[in-house]
Parts: sequence; structure tokens; C-alpha cells
Amino acid sequence: MSAGLRDRAAIVGIGQTAFGRNLGRSELDLACEAIMAACADAGVPVGSIDGLVSYDIEQVAAWHLGSTLGLDGLRFFCGTPSGGGGVASTVGLATMAVATGAAEHVICFRSRNRSKAASYGPGHNQGGRPWEKTTSGLADLRQFHHPFGIAAPVQEMALIARRHMGVFGTRAEHFGMQAVAQRHHASLNPAAIMRAPLTLDDWASSRMIADPIRLPDCSLENDGAVAVLVTSAERARDLRQPPAYVLGAAQGYHTIHTELADTFARSGLFGGPSTIGGRAIAERLFGMAGVGPGDVDAAMIFDHFTMAVPLTLEQYGFCPMGEGGPFIATGATRWPEGRLPVNTHGGSNGEAFVHGFNHLPEAVRQVRGTAVNQVEGCEIVFVNGAITDTHGAVLLRC
Amino acid sequence: MTTKRVFPSEFPRPLPGTEFWPFWEACRRRELRIQRCLECGELRHHPRPYCPGCRSRRFEWALMSGRARVVSWTICHPPVLPAFADRVPYQAIVVELEEGPFLVSNLIGCELDDLAFDLPVQVCFVDIDDELTVPQFEVIPRP
Ligand SMILES: [Zn+2]
Repeated sequence: MSAGLRDRAAIVGIGQTAFGRNLGRSELDLACEAIMAACADAGVPVGSIDGLVSYDIEQVAAWHLGSTLGLDGLRFFCGTPSGGGGVASTVGLATMAVATGAAEHVICFRSRNRSKAASYGPGHNQGGRPWEKTTSGLADLRQFHHPFGIAAPVQEMALIARRHMGVFGTRAEHFGMQAVAQRHHASLNPAAIMRAPLTLDDWASSRMIADPIRLPDCSLENDGAVAVLVTSAERARDLRQPPAYVLGAAQGYHTIHTELADTFARSGLFGGPSTIGGRAIAERLFGMAGVGPGDVDAAMIFDHFTMAVPLTLEQYGFCPMGEGGPFIATGATRWPEGRLPVNTHGGSNGEAFVHGFNHLPEAVRQVRGTAVNQVEGCEIVFVNGAITDTHGAVLLRC
Repeated sequence: MTTKRVFPSEFPRPLPGTEFWPFWEACRRRELRIQRCLECGELRHHPRPYCPGCRSRRFEWALMSGRARVVSWTICHPPVLPAFADRVPYQAIVVELEEGPFLVSNLIGCELDDLAFDLPVQVCFVDIDDELTVPQFEVIPRP
């Protein structure tokens, strides 16, 4: 397969705000702080930013960033589908921009303020808690979920997780073991919201939200913003930090969890042939990179719920189909002893939920060798978006 | 079978007149109808204007037998939609229809502990009020 985007670009700066509940700052405010931090980390003036990439559902508009940070040189803008699906895709798009000369210093960012004032509004993508919203007059596909009491992502993921259990014998405890591993990582990470360790007994006695998914399996609800700065491989060599080169980047269509009938019919998450989603993306990703899943030293896996981790491990070939649960049960995803530590910052149930975007700076820190839970000899790190959505993945290398 | 249920809060309700509405109109007549492509015969749910298999725009609302099997379920605890708040914990299921498509629904008259993979079920229709009927499923007793 074509080398494509291999080694054409690098992440040269990472920035993040504090993560917490009700920080009392707008999403624009938080985004600016994270973006400026990413530039400072790289040693690139903020005014040099000439490209912006975000999720389609991002609420901070490019023109507001331009008018707030004085980004007069902006010349490249781009979005990528859905929310958590787009984490790694943003880096792939930024790589294309710098590889083609469309831009030189591209910021990928996500900002979230989940306090009620910010997330409740008329906008379709304006956060809010779906289970609290009035749902009369449903004109969209929610009408095939809501009248049956299925309205929150956790309920949709529970139906996906249960099917996986039925087909492959995955156990709810496997999701719990991943929750425990990530909370172990978070307990060692000063930036994490959830610093208290969790045991499997704690997990087993915790509140059930949507059987088989328990509270510690769920991502947190918090405020925070994250940004990364992407530039060309040539430019990267002149900057302050060791570059995290983009070894491969790919995106792919996938059914979405808000359309469960289609997910069950076509997704390939439950085995059988699949031409969409993770397995198709994996082929393009590893083909471009010229490496295989066995060459990856750490993985930052999108984890809206911990059930996504075994499914992602399977789809991307880190283990055979159906063996994601047993893979976790061997301790493979737990730092430092596991052979593929997953979400070493604590992930979305431990560090913070920034729609998966905090997985990117952690991948960069692992490649630089500066993570708090540093994987020894870490050279190649995998990052992906939500396995249950149209999404993308990247491989970073030192 | 006809059952009426009382819901404490506004029930989540499809908007009449969209391209999805014929599904709900059929439920009102106690029929489960799913889009079938008139070119290649492929069934598809959710409804959509083109066949993903052959891209034909010609389709019919095909009558299903209503026989299905349970392929997944969850038991929902708070937080839930306001209309379902007095029912927690309640179950929701995914069924695979005999004809192939999948459907999100609920199981009527089944204890939570009895939920199981491959339970044979049959569609039934529950009137929410004078305007809305939702398809639900009942367990078919094993012979
Ligand atoms: Zn067709």
C-alpha cells in the first residue's frame, strides 16, 4: 500500500487546560488556553497558526478563535464526522494540510463545558443530557430509539456490549477490568480527575447504569479543552520538542450507535465479514505505516464506555475477533506490566472526558518519553476515535 | 393484542409527515412494515430513501411476520427519559426479525431475570394514546 501520509507531518506541541467539573469558563476561553499552551510547548508563535481542525460538532467557531487570538493568517479549516469518532481523524486531516502546503501550523482542538448553562440550548449538537430533553415531535432517527426508552449513549452501548457478550462470551467483568486498569493509571496522574484507585470489587458493587455497564465504566462529565499543533516533518525538526511523527493516518465510514438497527445489521462489531469501520481502517492505517499491530507499544483507545476497548482491540487486530475481553483479563492493557498498555493517562473514566481528545497529548508524551506512566522503550503509539461511529485512527512514532 | 399503558410524562413521539411516518401508520393498523427494495428485494431498517445495496429509490413497505428472536437486551437504570422514570429498572431489547432486519423494542410480560439470547418473540402493538401505537414483543411459549 502507498506510503501516503507516512512521516510527512508531526505533532510538535500539546496543550490542555485543567480538567474538572464546572470550571466556570466558556468553551471559547478553554479552547484559547489549550491552543496557546500547545503553541508555547512547540515554541511557535500563536499568530503563526494558519489552520484549524475540529469535530463537526465543535461549538467553538473558527471565526471566534480568529477574532479572540488574532489569527489573521488562518487559511485552512476542516471538520470531521461525529464527536468521539473524530479524535485521530483531526490529526490525519492536519497532516494532509501540511503535506500539501495548504497550511503550515495546524491546530486540532476540542473544548467542552458540560455545566448546565453551557450545554443546555436549542442547538442539535449542544450537549445537554439526552435523557432529560423533551422528545415530542421527533423528526429524526431518534424516533426508533426514544419510544422504547433508549435515549442515552450508555443505553445504546449496553445493547452493543450485550450482543458482543452473546456472540463471543465476553463478560461484563472484562469491561470492569479495563475500568480498574484505567483508574490505576489515573491514580498516578496528577492531571486526572479520578485519583482514587478502584478495585474490581468496587466495580462489582457500583451502581448499574445500563446493564451490563456500571458507573465506573462510563466516561466522566467535566469541562476542559485540549489542543495539538501539527506541522510538516521538515519544520518539526527546528522546533522545541522532539517530534511525534505521523506514521499513518486513516479514516472510515461506520454505522453510528444512534442507529442501532443498522449497527446490528452491518457493523461487523459482532464478527463476520466487514468492509466498514475499524477493520477497514486498520488495513489502510497499518498498510500506510508499514508496521503491524504487534509493533505498537501503547494504545490510546477511545473509551466513551470501557466496553469500547475490547471491541477496538479486536477490530484493529491487537487480538483475534472475540478475544478482546480475555486479552484484557490477562492484564495486557495495564501499565506497567501489560504488553499493550491502554489509556495510560487514565482515559475517559479516569483522567477526563474531552471527547477522547486528551488521548492525543498522552500519545505524544509516550512517544517523547515524558508520560507519568511511561511505557519503557515506547516508539509507536496508536490512537483511535469511537469504534461505534464513523471514525479514524493514527499511529505516532518518535 | 391491545394494551394501553399510562405514562406519567410526555411520551417521546415521532413527528407525523416525515419519510419515517409510514412505519408508525402501519403500527397504528397493527402491522409491522419494513422498507423493501423493489429492485433487489433487500429489506432495510431504519427507513431511508435509497437502497444501500443497489441504490434504487423504488421500495415498498413490506409486511413482516412479526416473528423474531432476541439478540440483545439491556436493563435501564436512572437516568432515563422522563416518560420512563416510573418504570425503572426497565428492559429494552434488540430483535432480529425472521425476515432479517433488526429492531429496537421492549419485551412485554417478561421478568428481567428471564431475558435471554435467542428468545423467540412475536410482535404485539401497544397504544400509547389515540394517535401513537408502538411495536412491542411478547415471548412465544416454547412448545
Ligand atoms: Zn436494492
